[in-house]
Amino acid sequence: MTQEERVAQHAGSVSLLRRGWRLPFAAAGQFVLKALVIAELEARKLRHDPSELLTRAVQPALWLLVFGQVFTHIRAIPTGDLPYLDFMAPGILAQSVLFIAIFYGITIIWERDLGIVHKFLVTPTPRAAIVTGKALSAGVRGLSQAVIVYALAAGLGVKIEWNPLALLGVIAIVILGAALFSTFSLIVACLVKTRERFMGIGQVMTMPLFFASNAIYPIAIMPGWLRVIARGNPLTYEVDALRALMLSGGSSTYGLGLDFAVLVVATALLILIAGHLYSKVAI
Amino acid sequence: MPIPAVDTRALTRRFGSLTAVDSLTLSVESGEIFGLLGPNGAGKTTAIKMLVTLLPPTSGNATVAGSDIVRQQVAVRHAIGYVPQMLSADGTLTGYENLLIFAKLYDVPRSERVGRVRDALGFMGLDGAADRLVRGYSGGMIRRLEIAEAMLHHPRVLFLDEPTIGLDPVARQAVWEHISRFRADWETTVILTTHYMEEADALCDRVAIMHLGRVVASGSPAALKGSIGKENATLNEVFAHYTGDILESGGTYRDTRRTRRTARRVG
Repeated sequence: MTQEERVAQHAGSVSLLRRGWRLPFAAAGQFVLKALVIAELEARKLRHDPSELLTRAVQPALWLLVFGQVFTHIRAIPTGDLPYLDFMAPGILAQSVLFIAIFYGITIIWERDLGIVHKFLVTPTPRAAIVTGKALSAGVRGLSQAVIVYALAAGLGVKIEWNPLALLGVIAIVILGAALFSTFSLIVACLVKTRERFMGIGQVMTMPLFFASNAIYPIAIMPGWLRVIARGNPLTYEVDALRALMLSGGSSTYGLGLDFAVLVVATALLILIAGHLYSKVAI
Repeated sequence: MPIPAVDTRALTRRFGSLTAVDSLTLSVESGEIFGLLGPNGAGKTTAIKMLVTLLPPTSGNATVAGSDIVRQQVAVRHAIGYVPQMLSADGTLTGYENLLIFAKLYDVPRSERVGRVRDALGFMGLDGAADRLVRGYSGGMIRRLEIAEAMLHHPRVLFLDEPTIGLDPVARQAVWEHISRFRADWETTVILTTHYMEEADALCDRVAIMHLGRVVASGSPAALKGSIGKENATLNEVFAHYTGDILESGGTYRDTRRTRRTARRVG
């Protein structure tokens, strides 16, 4: 191919692209495709070294086996007809997804200290698609936690809903929850830029998110001010939906529709912000 | 007249009170290998970062492959390949996977993808290592992989930021040969930065010598040597002549840390 031919071919692909942007469907398709490529990249990394997923299983195991067992016996927390262990199992699922997602942003700092971010940013990939891909891959990691928590909970006698539709719902919520908090973590990483500061802030973020939610006790027993915070915490809606979908006979306090809506809107908003910040991270 | 591969007019970037690139005006012809030469801190990397759309200029403008670097970023990104100075291959993936992902990100058609990846690996002499994790590659192999990654979509302009930093002489020679051969095969314009004079001498059709953000001299290595009126002048001497400085000034703590770290990783 001569230089002229390649110029012509290039001009062709650019005009194709312009036409593509006029068709929102083509643009959306392109966006999803690119996000999936980024998710594939992360999945391939995980396949080469899955040990992270196993070490991550320790924490939910401790919560369910130690904390859950003890609090079930002392009946300190009013959970209605639900045994405490059943009440907390969806909360622990949400928690372990949160923990895996909230430190995910540190990979951005790694990639920035190397030159990997730079290389992504010079490709024609939309920034928000890169961020979405990373959020999806956090979702995949979150699903591995779901498998572990389901196994533990079933082993401990939690009455689990095995209806395939409910399981699909759980998968969707887990991916959404992981996407939401990993994107939040990415935003923090883009802002603080060093590993040391990020680790400090990561620790500070996790506990308030967890304790100011309905994960291990109902909002009803909280003092008024904490109740307000918990109602604004997306983790509350994640737990609420999981409680309805994961447990046989479980029910949602706020309604599944609202739960999904809160998670989807919050995730979309965070992805927009993160896409904007991500494009500046190489400077 | 053909469109220049790169055309900058008074391109300037300031960081606070520091002017990293000061009114850079240069034009690179299609098919050239062009070198930006200078010590650390001269503004080479900042200039490249603006041209590859990573960094918005403070003032001035530039086109790459005929597209404006601020207003037509997507078109610029389609037309270029870029190898940053820092390590940009992913050590936790195999060489093949690194290339495959970038072939997808660069919209290489599905039917050509595997072929292109295999060709690029073959071209860079990495066939045998394709399915090994990059973590186990030597510095020279990583560099060649990164260049392969940047050329998968047959870019019209290839930007290489310090392509041979931290490499031993043998690996450096291999990278030079690959760059020359790549230009010959694809008529790609290559723009590289370096502070190795012998690299500019061996590889570049034309160079621009940068010092404290400004171009102090430009031309073919031979013409520059001739211009200082000294028989058998080295580019080192040319640099000293034009800057009144020895090649030892530059770089902040951060640059130094980064260079050493890169050198250690790839070395």
